Amino acid sequence: MHHENAQPYLQIRNLTKKFGEFIALKDISIDIIENEFVCFLGPSGCGKTTLLRVIAGLDIQTYGSIIQAGKDISSLPPSERDFGIVFQSYALFPNLTITRNVAVGLENVGMPAPKVQHRVDELLELVGLVDQKDKYPAQLSGGQQQRVALARAMAISPGLLLLDEPLSALDAKVRSRLRHEIKELQHKFAVTTIMVTHDQEEALTMADRIVVMDNGIIEQVGKPEEIYRSPKTKFVADFVGTMNFLSGTIVSNGTAKVGDVVLTCDTEDLPVGSSVMVAIRPEEINARNITNSDSNIVQIEVLHIEFLGSFCRVKLGGGDLKDVSLRADFSISLTRLLSIKVGLKLKVSLPSKFICIYLTD
Amino acid sequence: MTTNIKNISIVKQKSSRDDLTMRVCMILIGLFLAIAILLPLYTMLSKSLENKEGAFIGISNYVEYFSTPSLFLSAYNSILLSAIGTIILLLVTFIYAYALTRTQMPFKWFFKIIAIIPLLTPSMLGGISLVYWFGNQGVAKGLLMGESIYGPIGIVMGSVYWVFPHALMIIITALSITDARLYEAAVALRTSKIKTFFMVTIPSCKFGLISAGFVVFILIFTDFGVPKVIGGMYNMLATDIYKQVIGQQNFQMGAVVAVVLLIPAIIAFSVDRFVQRKQVALLSASAVPYEPKKSKGLDLTMLMFCSFIAFLIICMIGMAQYAALIKFWPYNLSFTLDNFNFDLIEGGGWGSYFNSIRLSIYTALIGSIIIFFGAYLVEKGRGFSFGRNAFHAVAMIPLAVPGMALGLAYIFFFNNPNNPLNFLYGTMGILVISTITHFYTVSHLTATTALKQMDPEFESVSASLKTPFFRSFQKITAPICMPAILDISVYLFLNAMTTVSAVVFLYSTNTRLASIAVLNMDDQGELAMAAAMAMMIAYTCGGVRILHAIGTHNILGKTQRWRSK
Ligand SMILES: Nc1ncnc2c1ncn2[C@@H]1O[C@H](COP(=O)(O)OP(=O)(O)O)[C@@H](O)[C@H]1O
Ligand SMILES: [Mg+2]
Repeated sequence: MHHENAQPYLQIRNLTKKFGEFIALKDISIDIIENEFVCFLGPSGCGKTTLLRVIAGLDIQTYGSIIQAGKDISSLPPSERDFGIVFQSYALFPNLTITRNVAVGLENVGMPAPKVQHRVDELLELVGLVDQKDKYPAQLSGGQQQRVALARAMAISPGLLLLDEPLSALDAKVRSRLRHEIKELQHKFAVTTIMVTHDQEEALTMADRIVVMDNGIIEQVGKPEEIYRSPKTKFVADFVGTMNFLSGTIVSNGTAKVGDVVLTCDTEDLPVGSSVMVAIRPEEINARNITNSDSNIVQIEVLHIEFLGSFCRVKLGGGDLKDVSLRADFSISLTRLLSIKVGLKLKVSLPSKFICIYLTD
Repeated sequence: MTTNIKNISIVKQKSSRDDLTMRVCMILIGLFLAIAILLPLYTMLSKSLENKEGAFIGISNYVEYFSTPSLFLSAYNSILLSAIGTIILLLVTFIYAYALTRTQMPFKWFFKIIAIIPLLTPSMLGGISLVYWFGNQGVAKGLLMGESIYGPIGIVMGSVYWVFPHALMIIITALSITDARLYEAAVALRTSKIKTFFMVTIPSCKFGLISAGFVVFILIFTDFGVPKVIGGMYNMLATDIYKQVIGQQNFQMGAVVAVVLLIPAIIAFSVDRFVQRKQVALLSASAVPYEPKKSKGLDLTMLMFCSFIAFLIICMIGMAQYAALIKFWPYNLSFTLDNFNFDLIEGGGWGSYFNSIRLSIYTALIGSIIIFFGAYLVEKGRGFSFGRNAFHAVAMIPLAVPGMALGLAYIFFFNNPNNPLNFLYGTMGILVISTITHFYTVSHLTATTALKQMDPEFESVSASLKTPFFRSFQKITAPICMPAILDISVYLFLNAMTTVSAVVFLYSTNTRLASIAVLNMDDQGELAMAAAMAMMIAYTCGGVRILHAIGTHNILGKTQRWRSK
């Protein structure tokens, strides 16, 4: 279970996948360590499923190599690789009972019947479906089917668990409960897991590390906090969470100008005069107890208020920013404290450390 | 990210043992198909370019054919009558199908059952009935106003009768796939009913109509049974082949006629495939099924029309049944079972009936296994796409090959003493092979459709669970597709029971079939006995149809309990 050496469990090197002329994956390289839970996150059509299928050998890459547990599996057929897989459709065998579905893999490796029975019971116990074991898949709810698929995939204790959008066919309530359960099961099974999803919230809450993809390339790899706090590219900033993008120019090393305001921020050695996007998350905009020690204080006016339950999304503009506007998330108590209403003029701070700068493309 | 660029070479996936096994199995079935269809056709083609001594003479036979007016005339006759029959059938079946799919006419179930009847009998049965109705001593001879039933009139009537269900199935399918929202839009725009019919209904099923047109044309064009029984002196291509080969032993000219028969069939078939591919694209996934509304006037008109058609069908089968049960038409109309004493005459016999049963069972059993397994290997195999595409293409060919051409090709191929498969000639084996081959395509397509409807990820999951392919075939694929497999076996059984065209060249005295016996009895003027034998076939096919319905019902109810919900 522990890292016997520094080698990552799965090494993906320079994978390229073409469908005819179309390039679905471009030069993808990732390392995944043992027992890690990694999410491939990206908009639909960006190549997540393709990457997962290539790792499983269900599709074959055009170029590149894959090494799993120190063994080069680049050109092995799926039946000779070591993985369990759960599809969006679950693909449970409809004519077999739950027990038989889970038992299939065990019987294939030649396990004697009593042991199979024992193992199946153990797995169904784990996913909490022992009482359903003689039913057929169609008689179970979506969430239950999903767990059967998971138990079936884990039956032969594969070294790698692949999940392709396992939660997207479920309704919102079940989904958030199952997020938790899958994560817990992954922990219990102690299995290296890759999950594909287009749902950023799912990725942020479940993953140890997230691989953000777009158009067949990797945009960023990092822990959920890293991805959220310091998105490396404008795409990631935009795709994960909500972000204000304000167009501006670099005026000196360490400052950028938006409207009439000069904001101090990390300009990352961009040349003076470059057109940039100044990005800040709505929840980082501060309006409470602004003092002169706060950075980037901006005089601004409330243009619009949107009530979102536990907080308000407030559209701010005018003042120093001229015709540029931005959204800020204020808690209900803050809204009450400042008696926020349309037309109110106030000071906000755009803290330097939360500002990211991207070159305009 | 590491940038450890490896030497850039295209990765090729190794094949697993299963992949290889599947390929070998597919190649074996592919070889069977090649031997059963490609080689015989090739042999026939080369025979048509040879003289009697077997020397190559180029297209001389064809020149002779086209310069012999009597032979050439039958090509003209075949085209003419097929065209007339096609037009009549399209009109009648369209209205009948429209009534079944787009109206709230009562007793639809009854009209659906009646429409199946012609499928249960050899095509000759219609001809026999027509003789009783309109022949020289026919009951309703007066209706023809002096015209003779023996000839074009009889051929068209008999053909329309037995092709009716084939056309109906295609048009019903075409009328069933429509988007109700088109009609709602038409109503919202206050489009008149007539205009809606021509602007929405006809365009939405035009591909189905075209397809039905081609299928019907080929069926009539290549049919042998009807013109044989009621064609009289009127020559058609299919009967010409028979006369050239069986009558005059002129095999070369027979081959030429078979090729002449084959070419329009292949053209029509290709156009049909092309058209059908278009039709698939027509229906979007989000289409809403059409729910016909009640309309007193329309429903009543349709009820009258369908009743009339059903009446005609019942008259045809009813007359054959009646003829089979009476002593001596038209002089002694008392009932008897004497006509079922098949052993009384030469060339018939109960033996031929049991041969037919054997042929049908073998064809249904062996055929559905080979065909379904072959379709499985093509659909679910990994890699080797060249082989899989080639297999699929060869599997399409039999549909384009008329039975007469296939039968003749088999004579050329299997009767050659140098052919190691020569031992099959004159056995039940060659009848089974020819029948499976003759009806391969439709069965293959049924299997392919069923396989395509399965979740493609079953195979992926099975691979990840290291399930050997024969195991997942046996435990997962075959059980899930069992209704389709049953459909295929029944289709094969019914066709094996009723077909004459290919087997008429291939039977021997030991393997005479019921449908052939009908022909022989008719030839010998034993019309009542022919009707009785045709009815035996009809009872058997009807019984099998009923068993199939019950069987499917039970399977869906029991072993496929999982389907509910
Ligand atoms: N078998 C295929 N043939 C051709 N193109 C494909 C095939 N599979 C996927 N693609 C294309 O590759 C791209 C990535 O697909 P996919 O990996 O399924 O995206 P995602 O899972 O991220 O939504 C899409 O543009 C898709 O159309
Ligand atoms: Mg996907």
